[in-house]
Amino acid sequence: MLELLDAIPYDQILIQTLNGIVTGMILALIASGLTLIFGIMDVVNFAHGELFMLGAYIGVVVLATSGSFWLALLIATLVVALLGAALQITTLRPLLGRDPLTTILATFGISLVLQNYALWQFGPVARKIQEPFTGHFTLFYLEYPFYRLLIAALSAAIIGGFWLFLKHGTFGIWIRATTQDRVMAQAMGIPVPWVHTAVFAIGAGMAAASGVLFGPLVGVNHAMGLDWILKAFIVVVVGGMGSLGGSIAASIFISLLEAYASIWVSPAQAVIVSFVVLILTLLFRPTGLFVPTPK
Amino acid sequence: MSPDAPVEPLVAVEDLHTYYGKSHILHGVSLCVGKGEVVGLLGRNGVGKSTTLKTIMGLIHPDRGKVLLDGTPITGLPAHKLARRGIGYVPEDRRIFRLLTVMENLRTGLDRHGVTDARKRELLDKVFAFFPVLAERRNQAGGTLSGGEQQMLAIARAIMLEPRIILLDEPTEGLMPRMVSQIREIIAVLNREGVAILLVEQNVPLTLEASQRVYIMEKGAVRHHAAAAELKVGDAVIHQYLGV
Repeated sequence: MLELLDAIPYDQILIQTLNGIVTGMILALIASGLTLIFGIMDVVNFAHGELFMLGAYIGVVVLATSGSFWLALLIATLVVALLGAALQITTLRPLLGRDPLTTILATFGISLVLQNYALWQFGPVARKIQEPFTGHFTLFYLEYPFYRLLIAALSAAIIGGFWLFLKHGTFGIWIRATTQDRVMAQAMGIPVPWVHTAVFAIGAGMAAASGVLFGPLVGVNHAMGLDWILKAFIVVVVGGMGSLGGSIAASIFISLLEAYASIWVSPAQAVIVSFVVLILTLLFRPTGLFVPTPK
Repeated sequence: MSPDAPVEPLVAVEDLHTYYGKSHILHGVSLCVGKGEVVGLLGRNGVGKSTTLKTIMGLIHPDRGKVLLDGTPITGLPAHKLARRGIGYVPEDRRIFRLLTVMENLRTGLDRHGVTDARKRELLDKVFAFFPVLAERRNQAGGTLSGGEQQMLAIARAIMLEPRIILLDEPTEGLMPRMVSQIREIIAVLNREGVAILLVEQNVPLTLEASQRVYIMEKGAVRHHAAAAELKVGDAVIHQYLGV
């Protein structure tokens, strides 16, 4: 019995818990935009990963010219939010009320255009975003970068700020009312088309912010959105389509599972865990793991 | 036999034709509501009463015909602009924002540009005086209220817009008699304050009592138009069109 307890790699579990939370928070930041856009306008945004990628590239460019990581974060968020608003007005607004398939095709088209634009503009070689500070602390045998903790904290702060905005501001009430009943919201004088545009812009901005934050941990390239969008879709489904809290919980849950799995198998194999969770969710609780049982 | 049209029409509907997909729902509905007037709209289920209200509210766009507000055409304007121009809507199924609190439901109409904090306070005090139960439950989610309380909230929410006309779709449906008389009272109070009401109801006695004029619809068109005082519950015309 004692030997079994000894065999548990406590140090690795602690490290992987930390890693899982860090990636979970980034994923939550991406997925909350995705789930919000789905919840309010029934649009499955296949271009979300490319907004994340574009955010990272804008971060690279602003960092190279200004030297300030924080300025890069701010400008990437704002520029991609504006781009998101423009995309919504020109592409999605005319499709409102049509077959959902048309919006899927539209966002898929946007995603291809943005990916190839990035390839054309920046080339196939991955760029790097320098983290704003390079301090480490020792965790068992590992030098753990402070920056990773900062990512988790900043993502949590952005999500928390957004939650407060939804909960207390007039515009937050408008967003929640529109999510629940678009027609009645309109009859109460809420300018629903503009609420849609604003939500798309906010979701795009959050994706871009996560792109810049995560840039230092991976290379920035034109295809970086693909991995993340897939995972973000998984957590949106597992968390319950359109549920913000559900997506956040599912992000952390799945990232932790993957992190623990990669103690024993390679990280590439650990990805399987999220698909298993997805399949089990769809089989046994298709409304989502982290939402109350529907009545 | 038809009564005179009101001197100052607030909302006028002219020859509305509305389709749902391929089915022709409204076949040329014309009616009008004067400033500060309560007008009843009677008819059996499925004759197009609710569709008429939705078309006025801009939630459905008619294929033909006009809706005028103060003589200005508003056909085709989105509902949110009409709400800001003074049309309040209380739908048949109430459509409370179930996950929003009572207070937040009210704020969907209250948080408008140009409403001072003092005015907001006044409006809230007014509806809380009408419906004290809403004040008690102001922090409770709308979905947890009883049917009658949801109806009160739906009316209170429309009042937040300071409307000049309220489109009231079957407000007493499924309510206890005590609640029905409370709704009746609210209609009278709003009317005294100069708010016009277009009332769709199945409850004939209540409609005749609350309204100044009554339109009766059948098969997507207005078939009869009379002063409410000229009609009685047992009249042949009521029996003919409503079967009661």
